[in-house]
Amino acid sequence: MNPENFLILAAILFSIGSVGVLTRRNALIAFMCVELMLNSANLAFAAFAQMHGNLDGQVAAFFVMVVAAAEVVVGLAIIVMVYKTRRTTSVDDANLLKL
Amino acid sequence: MFLLETIHPVAGTGMFANAWWMIAAPLLVAAILLIGGRMLDAWGHYLAVAAIWFSFAVGACLFAEMWGRPVTERVVESHLYDWFSVGAWSFPVGLLVDPLSIVFVLLITGVGGLIHIYSIGYMAHDPRRRRFFAYLNLFVAAMLTLVLADSYLILFVGWEGVGLASYLLISFWQERPSAAAAGVKAFVMNRIGDVGMVLAISSMLAMFGSVRFVDVAAGAAALEPMWATLIGIFLLVGACGKSAQVPLQAWLLDAMEGPTPVSALIHAATMVTAGVYLVVRSHAIFEASPVAQMAVVIVGTVTLLFGAWIGCSKDDIKKVLAGSTMSQIGYMMLAAGIGPAGYAFAIFHLLTHGAFKANMFLGAGSVMHGMNDDVNMRHYGALRKAMPYTFYTFLMGYLAIIGIPPLAGYFSKDHIIEAAFHANLIAGVCALLGAGVTAFYMTRLMFMTFFGQERWEPGVHPHESPKVMTVPLIVLALLSIIAGAVMNGWIQGWLEPAAGNHPHEVSLIPTPIGLLTIVVVLAGVALGWALFGRRSVPTTAPASSNPITITGRNDLFADAINDIFVVQPTGAVARGVATFDHNGLDKAVDSSAYAFGGLSAQVRKLQTGFARTYALTMVAGVVLVGVVLILTHLA
Repeated sequence: MNPENFLILAAILFSIGSVGVLTRRNALIAFMCVELMLNSANLAFAAFAQMHGNLDGQVAAFFVMVVAAAEVVVGLAIIVMVYKTRRTTSVDDANLLKL
Repeated sequence: MFLLETIHPVAGTGMFANAWWMIAAPLLVAAILLIGGRMLDAWGHYLAVAAIWFSFAVGACLFAEMWGRPVTERVVESHLYDWFSVGAWSFPVGLLVDPLSIVFVLLITGVGGLIHIYSIGYMAHDPRRRRFFAYLNLFVAAMLTLVLADSYLILFVGWEGVGLASYLLISFWQERPSAAAAGVKAFVMNRIGDVGMVLAISSMLAMFGSVRFVDVAAGAAALEPMWATLIGIFLLVGACGKSAQVPLQAWLLDAMEGPTPVSALIHAATMVTAGVYLVVRSHAIFEASPVAQMAVVIVGTVTLLFGAWIGCSKDDIKKVLAGSTMSQIGYMMLAAGIGPAGYAFAIFHLLTHGAFKANMFLGAGSVMHGMNDDVNMRHYGALRKAMPYTFYTFLMGYLAIIGIPPLAGYFSKDHIIEAAFHANLIAGVCALLGAGVTAFYMTRLMFMTFFGQERWEPGVHPHESPKVMTVPLIVLALLSIIAGAVMNGWIQGWLEPAAGNHPHEVSLIPTPIGLLTIVVVLAGVALGWALFGRRSVPTTAPASSNPITITGRNDLFADAINDIFVVQPTGAVARGVATFDHNGLDKAVDSSAYAFGGLSAQVRKLQTGFARTYALTMVAGVVLVGVVLILTHLA
């Protein structure tokens, strides 16, 4: 199978993720879209590793997974706290830092 | 004959090594009194008096020791320590005890000690008496530093010290706005003189590489005339400021706001004569420059007439005496400017004046003490019965200052007038005229105060002052009587090693000029009697259209002249700078701040608070970077 197809799939997934971040108000959905973008990047890394025949891309993908796992912990905790105090997870309502 | 150039200072040993105690004792007591606080209120002033008399005792011992030495060994210099050194210049601190400084020491501590005793009575009811005595001691320490210094730099330290003490004491009654203003006025006008001093010291440093008296005196003869003139003029400016000579005379009359013992000690006997001391001490510079000498003569002559003029027209007893002080210091300046012939006479008059003027100031203080601190002579009259001690002691001072033989002032002033006639006819005539005017205004003061009708304010009951005040008066009166005759034949020879003068024969018998002086003085007395003794004195000053009277009553318009030529231009410059500061600098800074503020208000609108907007911005940025990368890759 042509490896470029993987890259096209990764680009499609990344676009879906970014459009989701930009359009959805629910923080959880936006968060899931961010994860989608990260994983599209992972897919691209794995594809590149396959294309170049070395392990650099796979190592980078592991790093991304570790960072994503850590980020999820912090991000979900923040979303839960915001929901507890404001009874909403809409990102448009979280605008208190505006002057 | 010995000239200064031939006499080298000998090192201070034995008693002379202890000369610094004279300065240290009053300084220490001043510090104790200021730091000690209220627990010293009850007896602190006795400590202050003891310190001054201790200094006097040390001074008297040094005087006796010096008396016993051969003439060539009378200039004693003792090195204390090295202050600092900069490059090739070093500034040692040392004391110069010579015949000139030792007579000053005796005057300062002797008259100062008497005035301290007097002040015990005069300031008895003042709540801040302890502080007053601390300041007086500070003054004496600074004045002794001034006269005992062996270099111009140390002299300048004392010079500033007496300026500080003078300021503190003039504005001692600081709750009075007039006293506070007078203190500031004296301080500021003295700073003008200090500029001259600093310039003189700097010039000496540049010319001689040293500011020690011996080095300056040794190098002065070889100095370029222009530099000698410049240094001489700078020194004269300094002397004018400190000694209240024209054109820096205006502060002295206001300085009478201070307590009367202060006027007696600082503004009559000692500090204001520091200018004369400076000129005599710097005689080598002035001898190298006839122009500077002439300037000193002119300043002295003008001041002696102006001071006498003011003395004639004032009703405030202290201001009459202040004008008289100016006038007498003018005589001293005149003598100091004449050259070697006059130095000894300047110092001679300074010493006798210190005694009789302190006597009269303290007498005036005694009168004020009995008259509820009223200083207006038109409210006095007929006080000779109420205050016999004050009257008789004041009478001695009066006879001394107008120059009735054989009292003190006769000898000293007569010598100056005679020397002035030999040096310059105009100066001589002015000095003679000044003697007549002096006799006139002092006679006026005597008649208005002690004779005539009682013009007392209601509720005033004149009484004689306590013994603690009259005893110093009596001692000073005795000095006013005998000081002239005692020192007449001695002072010239004594000062020779220090002042470089050449003794002239002086006799106790009046010369033709001396006789003429006596005639002029008697004419002044007669005029004073005719105008103020024979007629009754109105209790308010009669309105006068006589320009001479009006000018005199307004201190010769000195304040107005200063105002027009100094204060207003300075104020205009200050206002101009303030306007520029306000409209130029402030506006520029403010408008740039406003510009940045407006700009940031616009930039701030980018922060909407919508997380998705930020995300869009990021995506747009990423896309932009990606596009740029692709385009550059393709190109």
